[in-house]
Amino acid sequence: MPPPPTQPNVRVVTLRIDDRDLSAREDETIIEVCRENKIPIPSLCHLDGLTIWGGCRLCMVEVAGQNRLLAACSTRVAEGMRIQTNTEKLQRYRRTIIELLFAERNHVCSVCVSNGHCELQWLAQRCGVDHVRVPYRQVPYPVDSSHEMFRVDHNRCILCTRCVRVCDEIEGAHTWDVMGRGSDCRVITDLATPWGESESCTSCGKCVQVCPTGALVKQGTSVGEMVKDQHFLPILARRRHAP
Amino acid sequence: MSRTITIEPVTRIEGHARITLQLGDGGEVEDARFHLTQFRGFEKFCEGRPYREMPALTARTCGICPVSHLLASNKACDHLLSVTIPPTGEHLRRIMNLAQITQSHALSFFHLSSPDLLLGWDSDPISRNIFGVMRQDPALARDGIRLRQIGQSIIETLGGKKIHPTWVVPGGVNEPLTLEKRDAMLKLLPEGLEIAKRTYDFFKTLVPKFKDEATHFGRLPTMFLSLVTPQGNLEHYDGLLRIKDAKGRIVEDMVPPEDYERVIGEAVEDFSYMKFPYYKPQGYPKGIYRVGPLARLNNAQACGTPYADVALAEFHMLQESGPIASSFHYHYARLVEIIYALEMMERLLKDPTILDSRVRARARSNRAEGIGVSEAPRGTLIHHYRIDDDGLITWVNLIIATGHNNLAMNQSIRQVADAYVDGNNLQEGMLNRVEAVIRCFDPCLSCASHAFGQMPLRIELKDASGRVVDSLERG
Repeated sequence: MPPPPTQPNVRVVTLRIDDRDLSAREDETIIEVCRENKIPIPSLCHLDGLTIWGGCRLCMVEVAGQNRLLAACSTRVAEGMRIQTNTEKLQRYRRTIIELLFAERNHVCSVCVSNGHCELQWLAQRCGVDHVRVPYRQVPYPVDSSHEMFRVDHNRCILCTRCVRVCDEIEGAHTWDVMGRGSDCRVITDLATPWGESESCTSCGKCVQVCPTGALVKQGTSVGEMVKDQHFLPILARRRHAP
Repeated sequence: MSRTITIEPVTRIEGHARITLQLGDGGEVEDARFHLTQFRGFEKFCEGRPYREMPALTARTCGICPVSHLLASNKACDHLLSVTIPPTGEHLRRIMNLAQITQSHALSFFHLSSPDLLLGWDSDPISRNIFGVMRQDPALARDGIRLRQIGQSIIETLGGKKIHPTWVVPGGVNEPLTLEKRDAMLKLLPEGLEIAKRTYDFFKTLVPKFKDEATHFGRLPTMFLSLVTPQGNLEHYDGLLRIKDAKGRIVEDMVPPEDYERVIGEAVEDFSYMKFPYYKPQGYPKGIYRVGPLARLNNAQACGTPYADVALAEFHMLQESGPIASSFHYHYARLVEIIYALEMMERLLKDPTILDSRVRARARSNRAEGIGVSEAPRGTLIHHYRIDDDGLITWVNLIIATGHNNLAMNQSIRQVADAYVDGNNLQEGMLNRVEAVIRCFDPCLSCASHAFGQMPLRIELKDASGRVVDSLERG
């Protein structure tokens, strides 16, 4: 679903985030308010301009009066809310999530075309992941290099589904989808046909630009050369959903 | 009673190797073997990866000579693209290769081998390392460290990183050289050349003292393989393969690197993870040859730079006739090559076209098989890939410089053991000589962390039933 259009008569609420008194529109999510106010909140699936997914769980925050953590990307603000975004517990959880992502598939940064320009790598550095405490699964996943312009390396996919959403919601092609369960889960093009044989793909490259890691990349790039540009997304999203 | 002496691990080299000496009833050496005991698996685990990842993947083979793998791999990828890279791109790659040869040779000579040469084979192993050299001859140790730093700084200036830079890419390099960077590199070279000349002149005075070692340290009648320019001169980056026999006759010349399989075969033995390449027409193991600085200088008619050519002429005078046969003279050859590398870098950097912005040819894969050959500090390095229609690797063959020398290293330790090891009276210095002949080859197992001679070494005498009857330990 695309983000709802802005309501003209929406109310303003006041809330407290990390001991700062803030005001926000009541139709905003916690992560939107945090980003407007330069309060860093990590996320790998959320992207301004795409629908909410809530899959990576990196944006979890503590809200006073709640006995569980809430995802900042999928929780709307409310009057009097008191939120903590960076407690020791949250830092520990985030680090663990990132370690699990690294352990699940092959994310060796040093030989990745996205090395130095990768959101997962950047978050790992920020969260102090200097080693991974769980055993690596070491399971090889396929690489689909059949597309003339792009390549998907499932070893580097974190299943954030940004590619699925941008293709469906912005490009309107819905080439990408998700199949399988658990560790067999992977993104697919059309009905799990090679990307190069996809009839619905328009080769627009939006999926490549929004991918946070080196899973979706341009052909012809060498190590560290895949720099992604996501500036187009909020602009296109606004135009798509303009009344 | 026959016994086996095991030297494990071999020190002041990189990685994990073992030497076994089989002794006969009278304590004489019956057999000697050099075992590479580590398994890496690069040729297998690269399968399925996109070919453009290969330069970065294979560069991880080594932390001392990653640039060599980077270049050979990128040349194999250039071959897959079927492109001719822009001349400036090629020259920039050459500079990086020469910088690496400078730093790697400096490491081999100063950090790994000079303790033996300066302090003596039988000196106390506690101080027989670079720190011992610092105490004995601080100026020489400083020179070694500075020379290596100069080589590493040039690699960093070009590629952004001292180790595992990714600046070299299929089709050329990914960024042209700026004026500031060029000037910064040019500024370093005169000091480097001064150090290289000073060390070379000093080493020349030492050579006569090592007559005995020159006789017994792998003085073998082998062939020599290296790249040469089309004119038959010294070449490290491109060129054509030349093989000379022990008498100096050219047996193969101007062989395009793509035809390497016609002249080089590979054998395997069950006692080592290292392959045993040989000259195909002569079969295994008769087709023994050596690579590296000694082979390159034996094969080259000239270096092409002023001071290195003088040094090359002096190098050829080490022996009355024919190619220089003693592996001990690898050290000498290394110093000549450092001089050449520094002179050549200066020449390339002073050429105004080095600042040209055309440094990369772009293409997609246009053939299914790619072969890249360059000269690593330790010898000829061959990368050979096959890819599928989507550009994913289906098959890899790597012939590493040290591998070419495998047969020669095995024969060399036999020769040294015959000359120095007395099975009835084991001395630490005997073992050090056996190790030192391996260090002459500067095997690509080299790694800075092992450079200090601190690793434990254990030698065991076993009887025929495998029972340990005597042992000696250090470290």
